[in-house]
Amino acid sequence: MSANPAAAANAASSSNEASAISVKELRKCFGDHEVLKGISLEAHKGDVISILGSSGSGKSTMLRCINLLEMPDSGEVRVDGELIKMKQSRDGHQAPADIRQVERIRANLAMVFQSFNLWSHMTVLENLVAAPTHVLKRPRAECLEQAEALLKRVGIWERRNYYPPHMSGGQQQRAAIARALAMNPKVMLFDEPTSALDPELVGEVLRVMRSLAEEGRTMLVVTHEMGFARDVSSKVMFLHKGEVDSVGEPKEMFAKPPTPQFKQFIANFNK
Amino acid sequence: MDFDFYLSTMWSVLKALPLTLEIWFFGIAFGLVIATGLTWLRASGYKLGEYFTRAYVFIFRGSPLLVQLYLIYFGLSQFDFVRHSPILWPVLRDPMYCTIVAMALNTAAYESEIFRGALRAVPVGQIEAAKAFGMPAFTRFRLVTLPIALRLALPAYSTEIILMTKATALASVVTIMEMMGTAQKIQHDTFRPIEVLTCAGVIYLLLNLSIARLFAWVEYRLSPHLRPPPEQSQQIKPVPEVL
Repeated sequence: MSANPAAAANAASSSNEASAISVKELRKCFGDHEVLKGISLEAHKGDVISILGSSGSGKSTMLRCINLLEMPDSGEVRVDGELIKMKQSRDGHQAPADIRQVERIRANLAMVFQSFNLWSHMTVLENLVAAPTHVLKRPRAECLEQAEALLKRVGIWERRNYYPPHMSGGQQQRAAIARALAMNPKVMLFDEPTSALDPELVGEVLRVMRSLAEEGRTMLVVTHEMGFARDVSSKVMFLHKGEVDSVGEPKEMFAKPPTPQFKQFIANFNK
Repeated sequence: MDFDFYLSTMWSVLKALPLTLEIWFFGIAFGLVIATGLTWLRASGYKLGEYFTRAYVFIFRGSPLLVQLYLIYFGLSQFDFVRHSPILWPVLRDPMYCTIVAMALNTAAYESEIFRGALRAVPVGQIEAAKAFGMPAFTRFRLVTLPIALRLALPAYSTEIILMTKATALASVVTIMEMMGTAQKIQHDTFRPIEVLTCAGVIYLLLNLSIARLFAWVEYRLSPHLRPPPEQSQQIKPVPEVL
């Protein structure tokens, strides 16, 4: 099997709590290229899992398969114990069996994108209010109040009436994190949240993410920030060529790399 | 220069402006409805719908509006069933209706192409964000895709509307006395083409100028995010170390 047995044992024994996200044997091909070769992942409530891997290792694809922005070819995804029901479509690919279920689950999995993807025609405040009012059907006044509080928290309340193109990358990403928080999500998915930022803006976004981790939020973070992976996350998962190469406690993983691939990977970062 | 003649011609042509505007308005209104339907058919993913819209655009964009107008006004009445139809004949025997039908069918072809291009140009990331937040397809379309696509379509759409303003002049060839028809009649009566056509031309220019200004204003109102940012009067505080 693809996953390393020690890693699997580690994942299974780490906690008895209900798992927030459980992914089993996820496979995905783009044409002839197999990007995910049977990936499994278990995230418990309060886990902060950093997903590492060199480019092309499938880490972003895996994250996007969890909320079905990318359709996996096979495998199962459970969120909060609930299996996302899939069916075979006529062209032989998998498709969601119940799009309502997918939408309901997506509303619980807020995503933060590499390129922010704030809605450019809405102000920051409108960005934060759009999904809670239209998806969760919460009253607008309540959403506005929460949105302002979240913007204060990420330190861009002064920019609440700005349009995204008028802000720096760091401010946009903080707004995007606030937009995700406005959904009161059960799990937050971060897809390389700092990779599109200028180096001097990375810190402000990481500080926000660290504070989220510290308040016990469940987070899956695809990242290249070794510092964040080592110091903030509760678990590190290293993907190599579409397979789980190793999983473990960040301190152990970085002190004693369990596989040559991971050793090589962190050596490249420390150069 | 004969100012009195200019003034009287101006006045006569201007009196036909409401008729021009009527053709223009109903032409683009029905055209917009048809174009919306065509765009939907094209985007729906049904093969049959796609073939139909492709053929439609090929025919109505590829042939002159004048030919289409002649075919509808002079051509269709050749058929007995058209002349005996209680629904078709009241419409197709009236040159006014025929002009509006021809304009609507013609502009719909162009507009559906404009809308298709605008929909395709909406950044994928914007739609993905809406998906990732659990928005159902219609909400996604209403809150994200449509507002962005409309802004993208507006410049090309305004050009099409201006082309339609000028196309109303074709109504004169099927006996409608709108501005161009009126101008031509004065020209035939007076043999003073320069003065008469200048008057008509100036009115068309002013009409199109106001339409262009109107669209520019709408575009300005809809695109605050594409203008330079407001004055950076408020200093942004750095993120506090402890949140």
